[in-house]
Amino acid sequence: MEAAAEPGNLAGVRHIILVLSGKGGVGKSTISTELALALRHAGKKVGILDVDLCGPSIPRMLGAQGRAVHQCDRGWAPVFLDREQSISLMSVGFLLEKPDEAVVWRGPKKNALIKQFVSDVAWGELDYLVVDTPPGTSDEHMATIEALRPYQPLGALVVTTPQAVSVGDVRRELTFCRKTGLRVMGIVENMSGFTCPHCTECTSVFSRGGGEELAQLAGVPFLGADMAPPPPLCPAGSVPLDPALMRTLEEGHDFIQEFPGSPAFAALTSIAQKILDATPACLP
Amino acid sequence: MEEVPHDCPGADSAQAGRGASCQGCPNQRLCASGAGATPDTEEIKEKMKTVKHKILVLSGKGGVGKSTFSAHLAHGLAEDENTQIALLDIDICGPSIPKIMGLEGEQVHQSGSGWSPVYVEDNLGVMSVGFLLSSPDDAVIWRGPKKNGMIKQFLRDVDWGEVDYLIVDTPPGTSDEHLSVVRYLATAHIDGAVIITTPQEVSLQDVRKEINFCRKVKLPIIGVVENMSGFICPKCKKESQIFPPTTGGAELMCQDLEVPLLGRVPLDPLIGKNCDKGQSFFIDAPDSPATLAYRSIIQRIQEFCNLHQSKEENLISS
Repeated sequence: MEAAAEPGNLAGVRHIILVLSGKGGVGKSTISTELALALRHAGKKVGILDVDLCGPSIPRMLGAQGRAVHQCDRGWAPVFLDREQSISLMSVGFLLEKPDEAVVWRGPKKNALIKQFVSDVAWGELDYLVVDTPPGTSDEHMATIEALRPYQPLGALVVTTPQAVSVGDVRRELTFCRKTGLRVMGIVENMSGFTCPHCTECTSVFSRGGGEELAQLAGVPFLGADMAPPPPLCPAGSVPLDPALMRTLEEGHDFIQEFPGSPAFAALTSIAQKILDATPACLP
Repeated sequence: MEEVPHDCPGADSAQAGRGASCQGCPNQRLCASGAGATPDTEEIKEKMKTVKHKILVLSGKGGVGKSTFSAHLAHGLAEDENTQIALLDIDICGPSIPKIMGLEGEQVHQSGSGWSPVYVEDNLGVMSVGFLLSSPDDAVIWRGPKKNGMIKQFLRDVDWGEVDYLIVDTPPGTSDEHLSVVRYLATAHIDGAVIITTPQEVSLQDVRKEINFCRKVKLPIIGVVENMSGFICPKCKKESQIFPPTTGGAELMCQDLEVPLLGRVPLDPLIGKNCDKGQSFFIDAPDSPATLAYRSIIQRIQEFCNLHQSKEENLISS
């Protein structure tokens, strides 16, 4: 299915990955950001599209708050985060004059903005575009998938926490993916455990088992599954809670660069590697 | 691209779709079609006459514990058998309340007087779109107007009966669901909103927006609850911060924005486990610091509602 008359601003983007959940607060933006950084460290050119209009978290996570968006002849220029221009970002966060002002829009207006985001950002040549989404299965998600459909996204990473309450929402998201024809590349279980810095005991703060259960239900890979070796004392096959990761994201630093010794680092780089392995070698 | 139009008259105003600033807005036709629904708002107002206090539980940020808090606020208030509690879940896409209340698989029954809530206890009734779905895999892939319709039905058609407290659990964000519930309940008077956050700046960022939303739509703010505030290791009992308050946490935000901080609830792994089992955490861990924090917060909420009620009664009688 071809895009309309002109090649479009996504023509130079080789692979598109959506990061979805269904449940809020499971770490979609965190995983999107860390995945983008890890792919960049693997030598890829990466863009991030943040379509969470109500809660755009990514500018802060990459230390890009307050950056201005400029127009170029092909549309909006994404915000480049490094001199080499190997990582770029577009988020509604950049368009808000006052960061504390709520974007209180109903569906149709959100749809219109998302369409613009998808078609009017001059991404240029990218290896990967990571699309971060808000929780749910509503206007934003439908608009995003419709707008991206001509460009044949590689698939979706679906994020959950270990809790059954999260699994309950995320299995509905899997149905959404099936109904909209979006391939689920795998399940990422986030916040799987916390290692006490005082005594190294690992506690399942948000219950356990959700990621594997979902992966089995849906018949999709559990992306953390053969992360080797697992950090000591923490359940294998998921991304653990790491306050250092959270701190670096709050401060807008590159976690992958700063904390290769963290328990979360191994999980995140493993997920990125799985994406690289799953990416077809030739362009369709 | 045009700037985000600051002079939008508001989808619910009389000028909706007709103002000069509406030209070119993709929402224009919808607003101008005048989904005014005044008869519905009147019906809802009538229905809400038997509901003494209405509390919205909001955030802006997902995953901070709105549903967990709503459920436990309901459990806590319902411990007084003489108080009638109603819990309404308007998270249409991700309805967590049935699971947290141990009501998964329950269905809604219709009677002559409307839809019957599902009762956890004699004095605690629950309604959620979750009860209308036949399978746990069913996805509710609805656009805004359909979600609004559902919320309207929940408020208009559910036979709550005489209720002391109606607690409304909301999805994350500031969108259709939030605008609709505020609009539909506007004439019926909402006591206020309890806003949930975690200590992280990434949450506070969204919560500041939510506070501004409340001010914009003139929704009183009862206060803010900082959830997942500190973790006590079950083995060594020492405290650590899983979600570090890098920018001062809720306390500083509340000072800056002049809203009350109702309390802080620490992260107790038993909370998650009990939610998964559909049980009240208060029963499993009555002495947990988290339980004590919850009880204190619930008391403050009750005080706010009662104070408000007496003020209103004074106004009427004067």
